[in-house]
Amino acid sequence: MIPEKLLNLVVLALLLAVPYWASLNDAPFTITLATRATIFALAAVGLNIALGMGGMVSLGHALFFGIGGYTMGILAFHAQSFTPLIDGPMVIEGTKSMPVIWAVAMGVSALAALVIGALSLRTAGVYFIMITLAFGQMLFFFTISWSSYGGEDGLSIFLRNEFPGLDTLVPFNFFALCYGLLVLVILFNARFARSPFGLALNAARQSPDRVRAVGLNPQRLKLVAFVISGTITGLAGALFADLNRFVSPTMFSWQTSGEIMVFVILGGVARLCGPVVGAVAFVMLEHFLGGLSEFWHIYLGLLLLLIVLFARGGLVGLVARRGAAHD
Amino acid sequence: MSTILIIEQVLNGLQFGVMLFLMAAGLTLIFGVMGLINLAHGSLYMIGAFVAAAVAGLTGSFLLAIAAAMAAAAVAGVLVEMLVIRRLYAADHLDQVLATFALILIFSEGTRWVFGSFPLFLDIPSEISGPVTLPGGIEYPLYRLVLIGIGLAVAATLGWLITKTRIGIRIRAGENDREMIAALGVDISKLYTAIFALGAALAGLAGALVGAIQSVQVGMGEPVLILAFVVIVIGGIGSIKGALIGSILVGLTDTLGGIFLPELFKLFMAPAAAQSAGASLASMAIYILMGAVLIWRPTGLFGARAA
Repeated sequence: MIPEKLLNLVVLALLLAVPYWASLNDAPFTITLATRATIFALAAVGLNIALGMGGMVSLGHALFFGIGGYTMGILAFHAQSFTPLIDGPMVIEGTKSMPVIWAVAMGVSALAALVIGALSLRTAGVYFIMITLAFGQMLFFFTISWSSYGGEDGLSIFLRNEFPGLDTLVPFNFFALCYGLLVLVILFNARFARSPFGLALNAARQSPDRVRAVGLNPQRLKLVAFVISGTITGLAGALFADLNRFVSPTMFSWQTSGEIMVFVILGGVARLCGPVVGAVAFVMLEHFLGGLSEFWHIYLGLLLLLIVLFARGGLVGLVARRGAAHD
Repeated sequence: MSTILIIEQVLNGLQFGVMLFLMAAGLTLIFGVMGLINLAHGSLYMIGAFVAAAVAGLTGSFLLAIAAAMAAAAVAGVLVEMLVIRRLYAADHLDQVLATFALILIFSEGTRWVFGSFPLFLDIPSEISGPVTLPGGIEYPLYRLVLIGIGLAVAATLGWLITKTRIGIRIRAGENDREMIAALGVDISKLYTAIFALGAALAGLAGALVGAIQSVQVGMGEPVLILAFVVIVIGGIGSIKGALIGSILVGLTDTLGGIFLPELFKLFMAPAAAQSAGASLASMAIYILMGAVLIWRPTGLFGARAA
C-alpha cells in the first residue's frame, strides 16, 4: 500500500511521459490513445463531483458530454461552411477558436445542468437514476431527428480547431492542451473538496438532515455541484469532438453515460485521481482486449462485476490507502 | 386528418403501451419489493426475442416459441438473481446500477457471440397475421389487436394476483416491511427469486411478442428499458396500476405525437420546417410529459414514497 498522493503523482506523470515518449519515437497512435484516455478522465472527473462528492448517481452524463461535442460541432460547422450561426438583426458567426468553443460548451452545459438538475433533484435515489437516464435519451433522440446538423449521421469537421500560438494539428500539442485542462480541473477539484462548499456538500451527501439543521440547504448544494459536474463533462465533450473531428448522436447514448460511470468506479469513487486511473485502464482494456477478441465487452463486464462485488474501492482502493484529506 | 387515421394511431399507441407495461410491471415489482434497480431487464427482453425467433425457426410453432421465450427469460432471470443480484439487495443503488450494467455487457456480447450481429426475424403465424375490419370500416392488423388483448389480460391477471392471492399478499407485505414478513416465517429469499422470475418471464414475453413486428437484434432491449423507466417514473415506483396507466400514457404520447405534432406545426409553419420541428419535438414528447409529471408529483402519479 502506498499513499494516495504519491499514486496520484505517479499516475499523472505516467500519463504525460508515455505520449511524450511516443512523440519522440513517432508513434502517433499511442498519442491518440493517451489523448482519448485524458479526455475520458476529464469527463469522469466531472461525473465524480456529482457521484463521489454529492452522492448523485447520474446515469445521464452523456447529455453534457454530447452538448459539449455538439457545441464544438455546430460552431466549427458554421465556421467551415462560412454560414452565420444566427442570421437576422444580430449576426453571430461560427468559430474555429478552441478557447471560445470551450467557453461556450461550458456555458451551455452549465445551463442544461441547471435545468435538468433542478428537475431531477426534486426526486432522489432510484428515481434520480432513471430520470437522468431518460433526459440523456431525450437529447439522443432529439439529435437524431435534428436534420439541420446531420441527424443520425452526425457532423464532420475537416480541420482541428485552432488554439492561439499552438499548432493543434501536431498530435502531442493537442494532447498537451487536454492534459493541461485535466490537471487544472484536478487541482480545482482538490481545492474544491477542502473548501467550505466542498465540506458542506460532503455533509449533505452523508446527512442531509444535519446540514439542514445548521441552516444550509442540501438541495441547493447538490444543484450547484451538479452544475459544476455537468460543466466539466461538457468541456470534455468539446475536446472529444475535436479529437475525432466528428460528432454524432452516439455521444448522447446511454452507453456513453454508462461508460463514464464505469471510468469512475473502475478507478475508485470519490478518489481524486480515481477517474484518471479508471479512464486509462478502460482505454488500455479496450485497446488490448479489443485486439484479442471481438467480444471484449464480455470481459469488461466480468471485470466490472468482480470489482462491484469484491473490490469496493476500485483500482485506486486496491493499491493506495486513503489519504487523511478525504472523508 | 381522418377519423380512421386517428383511431388507427390510438390503437397503435395502445399496443405500444401495453407492451411497455409488460416490461414496466416486472421492473416496478422488482423495485417495489426488493428495492433493486435492474438495468439488465432489457437483456431479458432481448433473450425472450432471440429464443422465440430461434425456436420458431426450428419448430415452426409460434405458441411454442412464446412459451420457450418466457421459460428462457425466467431461467436467465433466476440464474442472474441467484448468482449476482442476491448480493446486491443490501448494496446501494450505485452498485446495483454498475453490476446490472455489467450484466448488460455480458448478455449483449454473449448474444452477439451465439447468434451473430445480423438481425433475426420472427414471423407472425398465418392465423393472426391478416387485417381485420373493425366497426366503422377500419382495417387493422389482427396481430396488433391480439397484442393489446394479451397485454390487458396480463394486466388483469397481475392485478388479481397482487390483490387476491396469497402470494400477492406476501408481495405487498414485502413492499411494506421486509424484515417483518421474514420474521413471520415467509422464506424471503424464495419470494425474491419468484418475483424476479415473474418479472423476467413478462420481459421475455414482451420481447417475443414485439420480436414478431420488429427485427430481433442485439441492443433491442435498452431503448425499451429506458422507456419503461419513464413509465415507472410517471406511474410511481412499486405500483402496478401506475405502471399500466403510465405505459398507456407513454404509448399514446409517443405514437400520436409522431403523427400529429408535424401536422399541428404545418398550421402555422412552412411544411418542410414544420415536419422537422414537429419530428424533433415528438421525439422529446414523452420526456416532456415525464418532466411535467415530476413537477406536479415528484413521486409519480401513484407512488407513495420517494425511495
